[in-house]
Amino acid sequence: MAHGSGGRMMDQLIEEVFLPAFGDPVAHERHDGARLDGTIIFCTDAYVVKPLYFPGGSIGELAVYGTANDLAMCGARPRWLSASFILEEGLPLETLRRVVTDMGRAAQTAKVLIVTGDTKVVERGAADGLYITTAGVGFVEFGARVGPALIGPGDAILISGEVGAHGVAVMSVREGLAFETEIVSDTAPLWPAVEKLLRAGAEVHCLRDLTRGGLASALNEIARARGVEIEVQEAAIPVGEAVRGACEFLGLDPLYVANEGRFIAIVKDTDAESALAAMKKFDERAAIIGRVGEEGRARVTMESAIGGRRALDHLSGDLLPRIC
Amino acid sequence: MKHLDEYREAALARALAAELKAAVRGRWTIMEVCGGQTHTILKTGLTALLPDGIELVHGPGCPVCVTPVPLIDAAVELSLRPGITVTSFGDMMRVPGSRRSLLEARAEGGDARVVYSPLDALKLARQQPDREVVFFAVGFETTAPANAMAVWQAARLGVRNFSILVAHVLVPPAIRAIFAGAACSVQALLAPGHVCTVAGYEEYEPIAREFKIPIVVTGFEPADLLEGTLMAVRQLEAGRAEVENQYARAVRREGNPAARRVMDDVFEVCDREWRGVGVIPGSGLCLRREYHDFDAKKRFKTASGEQNSAVLCHAGDILQGRLRPPACPAFGRECTPAHPLGAPMVSSEGACAAYYQYGQ
Repeated sequence: MAHGSGGRMMDQLIEEVFLPAFGDPVAHERHDGARLDGTIIFCTDAYVVKPLYFPGGSIGELAVYGTANDLAMCGARPRWLSASFILEEGLPLETLRRVVTDMGRAAQTAKVLIVTGDTKVVERGAADGLYITTAGVGFVEFGARVGPALIGPGDAILISGEVGAHGVAVMSVREGLAFETEIVSDTAPLWPAVEKLLRAGAEVHCLRDLTRGGLASALNEIARARGVEIEVQEAAIPVGEAVRGACEFLGLDPLYVANEGRFIAIVKDTDAESALAAMKKFDERAAIIGRVGEEGRARVTMESAIGGRRALDHLSGDLLPRIC
Repeated sequence: MKHLDEYREAALARALAAELKAAVRGRWTIMEVCGGQTHTILKTGLTALLPDGIELVHGPGCPVCVTPVPLIDAAVELSLRPGITVTSFGDMMRVPGSRRSLLEARAEGGDARVVYSPLDALKLARQQPDREVVFFAVGFETTAPANAMAVWQAARLGVRNFSILVAHVLVPPAIRAIFAGAACSVQALLAPGHVCTVAGYEEYEPIAREFKIPIVVTGFEPADLLEGTLMAVRQLEAGRAEVENQYARAVRREGNPAARRVMDDVFEVCDREWRGVGVIPGSGLCLRREYHDFDAKKRFKTASGEQNSAVLCHAGDILQGRLRPPACPAFGRECTPAHPLGAPMVSSEGACAAYYQYGQ
């Protein structure tokens, strides 16, 4: 299971199994999407979330926003999606209808068209209700050219809002946990914020949405891809009070918890303030959380709230709640 | 977050560190017992604030780390038997037995599930009366009352398909064993705050006297650990060896009487094997005779299993503060969280995992 949790083991799986077999140079860029021909970006993602509905969203919204967001993270305006469904025999039609309605609404919000698709039914027990795979095509705008290769020492790292809400929202339903304040998933389309950022003229070097594995894993992937140290300040990273409380209670670290509507932008240091101003128009909790350090040692370090410094490592295995 | 943020403030931490620097004259080795404390120390980079002359070593207070291999094997074996669901806290799922962990057993078709509370396991037993539900009861005095309560309730409710696999351990006998050991270099002890919240700290008083070591009951936030260290250092510098309570906001000398009552009602003290350490007399809890019906070991007659710890793993020395994780020859090479040789590399309270994750 841990091979799918967005951490070290998934990295291994990609490097040791997929890349040697597929071997295409475009795939080796290891970005969220592939740049096909000048400005065309193509990407795909599979959605297996359980439960299908959680506070603040559903698998249908995730399937649209998730893939649209992968395009946005390549600096591309999402345009068209495909949608394939694997349905478990016995899935109530009503559930499917709800999910598809959510997808339609999400596509409107994200301004994408779902233009092709496929459906397969597998026997009972061979799937968990409903799986969705979407693929997307978009066009790069504002001449954006983004990717880990383009970041350099001194660049500023910005985050688009509070982290950890999606993972905690899903876990609270899955595990039947009730908190005093309901924690709602952050599921949302990211292109509008990216467009603002690019339009503001900030020199954006890299964009990365935070999904499984959370902020810590995204930073580690970028540090490894570019071979640089990344330095962040714990006190600068926005975490909502309810999410902090839930994580404290469960023994989880919000920096490793999944998100579905958050991204980091790595921009030229002199553009940090203008980029922040643009991102704050979307979410006032957007913040500058750190900088890109020297080349040579690929790792992420974090200055703790009390002023100590430590490594912020990749997630190892699934997140599991602690004993006491 | 109220009750937490005030103990994580940078200004307070710096002020305590300055006081500590002013108080230290000698060179002192201090052990924090609890794995939660070890993790705070490494996660916050607290050692960077400590003055020269103070070395913190890490103790045995990681419950899943000290759970013996044969018991894990028993849990794994039960999870693979048809009709049995094994439940446990998340931490326990990844800990390797002699052949596999509970997570690996689940991948092979076993029924092992994470619960957040033993009462959830009891609820599960009531929801599926046709299956046996076993709760793997690990932990120190901290988790014992809730686990006792689950058995107590099961008995009152007449739930016949619920049982627990008991691996409970007690802190004071383990500390005594460490101090009585020949190679012990520890001069003061930060006692585990949450264990003492339940059990109180009367039992630590004779240990402080006998071994002439200061013991400070300490909390889990950075400021707690700095203050606990400061109190221990003041005692060491003054030649005192008493039990003091830094964690007074949660701990009373007598502990929590209601929690102790239910523990005493359900459990009795017994000898217990600690993984990597050996059998420590009187260091465990077992079900009392009246509750033997709820003892999974008795109900299912599990195979006793074999000790098969990896030769390269030095978990025993790590757990007794005799070896620092990075000094272990396997650390970060043969042994990583993805491929652990021993439990301290797996658990969220394990010292090796803390060093690996936070890169000290």
